[in-house]
Order: sequence, then structure tokens, then C-alpha cells
Amino acid sequence: MPSHTFQIDFKRSSKVAVADKKLKRALVSATDRFRAQRSLAVEGTQEWEEIKTRAREIKEHVIDNLDFYLEKLEESITKAGGVVHWARDGEEAANIITAIAAERGVKSVVKSKSMATEEIELNNAFERNGIKVVETDLGEYIIQLAGERPSHILAPAIHKTRDDISKLFSRKLGVPYYEEPEELTGIARDKLREEFLNADMGVSGVNFAVPETGTIVVVENEGNACLCTTLPRVHVALMGMEKVVPRFEDLSIFLNLLIKSATGQKLSTYVSFITGPKNILDNDGPEEFHLVILDNGRSKILADEVTRQSLYCLRCGACLNVCPVYRQVGGHAYGGVYSGPIGAIIMPQLMDLKGVYELPYASSLCGACKEVCPVNIDFPKVLLKLRSDFVKGREKGRRPGLSERMAIKLWRYAMEHRRLYEFISRIAYFAQMPFVERKGRRNGHGRIGSLPFPFSNWTRDRDFPAVAKKTFRNRWRELENENGDSEDKL
Amino acid sequence: MSFSVMGNEPGSKRIKASLFVTCLVDLFFPQVGESVVRVLRRLGVDVDFPNEQTCCGQPAFNSGYTDDARALAERFVGVFSGDSRDTYIVSPSGSCASMVKVFYEELFKNDPALCDALSKVSSRVYEFSSFLTDVLGVEDVGASYDGVVTYHDSCHLLRELGISEAPRRLIKSVSGVKFIEAEMHDECCGFGGTFSVKHPEVSVSMLDEKLTHIGKSGADTLVSTDMGCLMQIGGAVSRRELPIRVMHLAELLAS
Ligand code: SF4
Repeated sequence: MPSHTFQIDFKRSSKVAVADKKLKRALVSATDRFRAQRSLAVEGTQEWEEIKTRAREIKEHVIDNLDFYLEKLEESITKAGGVVHWARDGEEAANIITAIAAERGVKSVVKSKSMATEEIELNNAFERNGIKVVETDLGEYIIQLAGERPSHILAPAIHKTRDDISKLFSRKLGVPYYEEPEELTGIARDKLREEFLNADMGVSGVNFAVPETGTIVVVENEGNACLCTTLPRVHVALMGMEKVVPRFEDLSIFLNLLIKSATGQKLSTYVSFITGPKNILDNDGPEEFHLVILDNGRSKILADEVTRQSLYCLRCGACLNVCPVYRQVGGHAYGGVYSGPIGAIIMPQLMDLKGVYELPYASSLCGACKEVCPVNIDFPKVLLKLRSDFVKGREKGRRPGLSERMAIKLWRYAMEHRRLYEFISRIAYFAQMPFVERKGRRNGHGRIGSLPFPFSNWTRDRDFPAVAKKTFRNRWRELENENGDSEDKL
Repeated sequence: MSFSVMGNEPGSKRIKASLFVTCLVDLFFPQVGESVVRVLRRLGVDVDFPNEQTCCGQPAFNSGYTDDARALAERFVGVFSGDSRDTYIVSPSGSCASMVKVFYEELFKNDPALCDALSKVSSRVYEFSSFLTDVLGVEDVGASYDGVVTYHDSCHLLRELGISEAPRRLIKSVSGVKFIEAEMHDECCGFGGTFSVKHPEVSVSMLDEKLTHIGKSGADTLVSTDMGCLMQIGGAVSRRELPIRVMHLAELLAS
């Protein structure tokens, strides 16, 4: 059984996504809203840049000393009565969690939103083991009903319109077609209440883990994670091993950055601090607490000096919201669990899959992601490094096609030899003649409306400029002799 | 008309600039290079064009071909090392200027000698608009143009070099120009170098949005500072025969 079911083919799926007008409308309205909320919150925060820089420094320090902090975390959690498990990859993590469930006779699991559990496809693992699992975050619940994957780190059902959801609910839950968001939420609440009461195990993700105290922090807006981690008798939390924040006092800046970047709120509605299972002082809480620490390719990322910063990510989703590519295609086009700019940089580092190494090319390198990222991840640099690794064939022999590699070599040769470059430009000038439409509007220059493949990728929707009859360097030979003072002649 | 601001007073040293014209301008848009020369000369700058220059290597670098990019980067540094130390290097492209100023470092990081040679060259590199405002200290270059102009922020000029005000100030100072901002003026136009042909559908979808915002702004002229973006936007404007003039900042300032 393969440990994943991801299928990554950005070229194909982005084409399909771009043609979907309804999807486009949903994406534009959602990302516009997120962008506006974030900007407002950030503008209203004094010293935002300084806070970012501080957070970045802390993250750098943590990732450089991760072994130390993770051991400390294990120690603190064990002291608090919890159990820590280590998983090398997704399959191992899923096995650990399903085994915990099986050994305790768990029949029904409630889950709060967690990208790490999506990464290891935990729901499939539960179902294979005959254990019922229900997503309790509203967006995730919708996605689970629809049998889809989240299309946004934060808002998993961002691609669905209200109409989609109404139809889905009436089909899957047998309720009438309701339009109003309140009604839809109400239906979901009622269904989920039953699930909470019946569940024997709760699964959550982890936003931050504090080695100093052995506390894990879960941030959410709906209160469902709070219930998942307190009502059932067993709580299992899954965290990527990079989620460490060294000291309790550091949390304030990370919560500030995460929440404002994500939704623009001052503080999200619920922030749970969980330190081990229920103890004598607690009124509620589970009898058992387990933390599963997931590697799944992360130690490989750690080893690369340039791409290591991918591990600083807080999963706030801001880079998705500002990404012009994500805005056109949505999260599903990326084919994996993480999408948008962060997906384009971590997916190829986490999973060795066909098509995954093309994801760093799903970017125009515009840098909007770098600008908003609360931990200053230098996206263009990381994307370029990953592209370079791909070209060098570092990724298990997967690399670009021969024709592309040859074209680049020839191009380079021409660019290294100025006379040859000039000669080729003259050949191009004559070769293009049959394609040039003289009635072009670009300053009297010819335009080209159609070219053979691969240039047709350009000319299908855009005119291409014709190579000039006289290149700049040829004109320069005349310009040069004109005296700089007699500019009127130019 | 003769309009010079500085460097022309008797006895003062004239400012010298080498033109890093970029391969796109050289081959496809020579009139942009000419406009740059015209504006610079009008402002009293001595302009030179190192003839050996070709491409800075950005297309290879952006596609992941670091070794090929490094070869061209080395070549570039060699070509422009010939200038005297007080010669500025001026480029009508924020993207190509950022390639040299920001990304070359990455390519040379294991070679201290090259890094050294690079820093001598890259510190002299200026993008055209910031050269005018920051080095020459000029906003009004004495141009006039009759039209409603909007400005598209090229991503690399804006986010790699952090320049957004210089081109706006220059545009606003052109006599006869009414300047208006389009919505989402700093959103990528979808060019992205090879991205535009690797993912043409996504690229054009981004472009559609850009054109919608330009259209809604009420401008009759779109100005930008990078031929990549202008080729992308202009390519669709000409295909769809939209009533918008698309031009490089240098062309506006030369008018
Ligand atoms: S990469 Fe930065 S912006 Fe994107 S989700 Fe992570 S923290 Fe947020």
C-alpha cells in the first residue's frame, strides 16, 4: 500500500483550474478578504518589522539547535505525564497513531484542523483500520464530506461557494437546501455535537511546542480543537518537528505574528495551552496525552543551508493569499497537501513524487510571498535553489527534458560570443519575416501573431515583438558619434 | 531643447554612465535604449555602451541553470570591469539590475575573487529611474506628454530593489501628464520570464486581471520600467487591440 495518494501535475491541473470561472470568483473574493484583513492588522501594529526580525532570529536559533530542543521537549512532556513518539516518515506516524487507537479499543475519533495529519493522510489510515474519524473544523468537515483535500492551509474549503456547500449538505446529510451560512453552520454544529460525545479519541495538530514547559499550543477560531483535546479520553497531537518555540515568553510574538498574518484578528477566539494529560488540578482533559513528532523529510531540509528556512514557516497562509498564481489556480492544482508558495517550496523537499520537482516553477518569482511572510522566508532564493537542484539532477535522476537542456546550452553559447549573438539576431530577423504583421501598433514595429511550438505558448494569447531591423548596438554605432551636447539631433 | 541639470557647469566633472541595455532592449526594443540615451544626455551625462555586453544570464538562472548563468555572470562582470571606477552602470530594467545587484552574489558565493570583482561592479549598477532621482537628483526631466498615465510596478524593481517612488515622481513631473493609480498596481503581470511559456494559461490569467485593473483605472497610457512586463502587457494589448498605449518610462521621459 503506498503511503500517499498525492498526484502532482501542476501543468495539467493548473490549466483545468484556470478555466473554472466559478473557482476563480471564489478565490478572488476569499483572497481579497484575507489580504485586506491582514493589511489592516499589520498597519495597526507598531514595530511589525522588528517583531518579524525577532521571530526569524528565534526560528533560526531553534532550527540550528533542534536536537537539543526536541529532547528537552520530550523530557518536559514526559514529566507532565504525557508520552512522546518519534516518527521518521508519514507511514510510521500513521501507524503509531492508529496503534494507539487500536490498543485502546477506540472506535471513533474526532479531529481538529491539522495540516500535518493531512500530510500523512491520517484519515485514510484510520479508515483502513476500521476506525471512524470525523473532522470537526467546519471547513475540514465540508472537505471530508466532499471527499476532497483542503485547498488552503487555513481555509480548507476556500474553493467552495455557498451554493456548493448547500448542495453538498443536502446530498450528504439529507437536509433541505439551505442558503444562509448560519443555517449551514447550525446543521454542522448539531452533527458534530453528537460526534464529540461519542468519540474516544481526539486528534489535533500543534502550532507551537514549548520545550521549557512541555506545553503545546493549538490556535483556532471555532472551539472545536478545544473540545477535541479535552472531551475524549485520549488526546493525540501530531507535530512537524520544526514547530518548536524555545521559551514560554516567546509565544507572545509568535501568536501575534501568526494570528495577524492569518486572519488579521488581534487574537484568535481560542488558544489552547496543553501540558500533558489531565491532572488533579484540572477539571477536564484527557486521561492520556500523546505527542507524535514527525520528521518525514524535515531533517533533509535542515541539512540544506539555503532551503532550511522553509522550516521556519508558521502555516499562517499569508503567502497563499497574496500569491498571484495561487489566486488563479487555487490549492488543488498543486496536487499535494501544502499549496501556494509554501507548498511550492516544501512539497519537493518533503516528498519524492513524480511531478513534485516542477512545483518550484509554479511561480513568477514576483516575491509577494517574501514580502508578507511573518518569518521572512526568502521565497525567490529558495525557489531558485530548488530549481537549480532539479536541473542538476540531484533529485533521484529526475530533471528537465533533453530539449530544454540543449536549448539552454545553445543559448548560453551564443550569449558568450557577442559576434555569434549578433549573427543569430540577423538570422532571426530574416527568419521571422513570414510571421511578422506590419500593421503592428508597437511604435511602428512589427508584431508577430503566431509562431510554431514552443513559442506558440506565447503567441496563443499574446503578440510577440519582432526582432528589430536595427538592434540597439547597431544604432549605437551612429549615436556614439553624435556629441552629447547636441541632443536635439537624436 | 537643451535641458541639463548638473555636471555641465564649467569646471565640474561630467557624470559618466555605461549603458547596460539588456538583451531584450537590444534585440526587440532598441527605441527604449535610444530614449535612455536621449534622456541621460539631456541631463548632461556622458553615455557609453560597452559593446561586448549580451545577456546578464537571468533566463538561465531563473530556470535553474545555475552553471550556465554563472558563466554569463562572470562574463558580465568582466565586460563592465573595464569602465573607470567613477562610471555608473545604468539599466532600463529593474529585473536585470536586480540580477546583478542581488542574485549574482548567490552564484559567486564560493569564489572570493569573483565576489570582490562583483562588488566593484554591482555597486555601480543603477536602474534607470533610481539613477535619475537618486544619483542625478532629478524629477523633472523637461518632458511633456499629453495623457492619463498609470504605472505598473515591476516585481523585481519593487521587491528586490525596493523602488516604487522614483518612477512615480518622474512620471508626475512630466508636463501634461495626469497620473492615476490602478488598483493592484503592484500585482505581478504574469510574465515571470520562462514562467510565461511554461505555464501560459496561468500567466495569461494573471495578465487578464492586470488588464482589467488598467482598463478600469481610466488611463490611456501604461508605463513601466521593465521590458519583460511591457512585452507581456503590450502583447495582449496589441492582440486585443485595446485602446491603451504601453511604453517604457524612458520613452515617456524622452517625449
Ligand atoms: S511561508 Fe510564511 S507566509 Fe507562508 S504560510 Fe508559512 S509563515 Fe505564512
